[in-house]
Amino acid sequence: MAFNVRLNMSYSEFTLDVDLMIPAKGITAIFGPSGSGKTSLLRAIAGLHPKELYKNGQGHIQFGDQIWQSDTVFLPTYKRPIGYVFQESSLFEHLSIQQNLDYGQKRIKNPLPPHERDHIIDLLGISHLLTRPADKLSGGERQRVAIARALLLRPRLLLMDEPMASLDFARKSEILRFLERLKTELKIPLLYISHNAAEVTRLADHLIILDQGKIQQQGPIQDILASHKILNSMSDEPFTLLFGTVMTARTEHNLTEVDLGDALIRMPHHEVKEQAEIRLHLYAKDVSITLSRPEQTSVLNIFDCQIDTIEPPTENGQCLIHLCLKKTRIQARVSAYSCAELDLRPGQKVFAQIKAVSIVQ
Amino acid sequence: MGFSDADLAALWLTFRIASITTILLLIIGTPIALWLARTKSRWKGPIGAIVALPLVLPPTVIGFYLLMAMGPNGPIGQLTTALGLGTLTFTFWGLVIASVLYSMPFVVQPIQNAIEALGARPSEVAATLRAGPWDSFFTVTLPLARPGFITAAILGFAHTVGEFGVVLMVGGNIPGVTRVISVQIYDHVETMAYSQAHWLSGTMVIFSFVVLTIVYTFNRGRRKSGGGYGL
Repeated sequence: MAFNVRLNMSYSEFTLDVDLMIPAKGITAIFGPSGSGKTSLLRAIAGLHPKELYKNGQGHIQFGDQIWQSDTVFLPTYKRPIGYVFQESSLFEHLSIQQNLDYGQKRIKNPLPPHERDHIIDLLGISHLLTRPADKLSGGERQRVAIARALLLRPRLLLMDEPMASLDFARKSEILRFLERLKTELKIPLLYISHNAAEVTRLADHLIILDQGKIQQQGPIQDILASHKILNSMSDEPFTLLFGTVMTARTEHNLTEVDLGDALIRMPHHEVKEQAEIRLHLYAKDVSITLSRPEQTSVLNIFDCQIDTIEPPTENGQCLIHLCLKKTRIQARVSAYSCAELDLRPGQKVFAQIKAVSIVQ
Repeated sequence: MGFSDADLAALWLTFRIASITTILLLIIGTPIALWLARTKSRWKGPIGAIVALPLVLPPTVIGFYLLMAMGPNGPIGQLTTALGLGTLTFTFWGLVIASVLYSMPFVVQPIQNAIEALGARPSEVAATLRAGPWDSFFTVTLPLARPGFITAAILGFAHTVGEFGVVLMVGGNIPGVTRVISVQIYDHVETMAYSQAHWLSGTMVIFSFVVLTIVYTFNRGRRKSGGGYGL
């Protein structure tokens, strides 16, 4: 089952023109610069734009066999089986936290049984807040309540508009941890807006890149991240996102071994479970290149690679080199001087030394 | 010396008219205020101006047109006659209708301001939590904009109590039917019954002072707690 969104609407100077196929599972991130129409798209899916905006354009939103919007149908927001988490705190200030959580629950046909409700409240770590008034909570607590309130609706699709934009780093990583647990514990598809590359690479399974109201790219995150242009626009420091399976959680030398499919990577011990699917960040600055296999080196990971392309040097004399490790693509950043000294060329066989790699979490 | 029977009748009549007018205004004014607060229509300006007209027009002008409209040859007069109600001029209900129009801005504007200050977000949140428009109005908009509604009710009531020009034009001066406090005071002055006039006028001053003190204290309290619904 999939979720199809075809919209063409405009207001003021802005036009949103999209045709999306979103898988009805996992986390789909909508990524793009501010003003690219991310929030407009999410609001359209929720039915929060007035119907009139579609008069001259068209709108078609279908979730499985359920039509939310077409030429003849416009399901109002309160009839769409969604949960929506707004960018800023959206708790009702005249109600307590418990009443906020109950507000939506009371209005659905089959509310969750108590133990599942408690599970969600525990999952988001808000059980100690229930009796407090809404204005006595911190930003992170408010957003967790808002997420719980949306989940208690038993939505078929959860929409989140940068729920962490207003939070500091510590609160952000706290909520990110909850979202990761949501993903594994509750099987609700999530459509998530972000302009933070780290968040996207950490959470998303599917990526939609939006710019000026149009889709630039959409697809599974591996496929999209393989495209260099997008990758570099997402972060100051170029990186590769690697997907792997934990082979050995702790070797006798206190290392963790991860199978990337094309290679086995070793890193200092991390608390991970064997066979767990994990994501790794490999920054271009942590990859160096040698022409012969180095011996007697402290570097743990040395791979046979082939140079794909070499980007022209930047102002500070650095070259970004794209490498193929069998089918996996990685990047190395070397000085333009070394690049010339080693006479690096596309197609050349080289060895990539990986100095550090981090688990995304 | 205190209030005469005629004074008490005037006080009671004024209280009844002001109460009924306030209730009617809350019912009629709320949808108008909601519309004015939320609409992007080009009619927002003209409609808002019509609602605000009584703020700037001399009450006699409003009274004059209402007298014409509700009289035997006016459109409202002909309608009420056709319905078998007779004409509304110089009647209690005629006065209520006139008061509703005259006090409209004092009720619509505080409600409109409160709803505008809330913004669309609380209703949108309610909609994503499965609340339909009516449900969302009564469970979210109304409680959150409550200070605006209270201010509106107090001002609508107080302003109706204080009207004079419209009453004199539409209602005349019929004891127990249209002779409200302000008209009664006028009568006392005409007949040089100054001490009677003092009693009623003093009562009006104290009443108005108390009402405004309540409204301003109430609004200041709201602002401190982050509400902020001005008059």
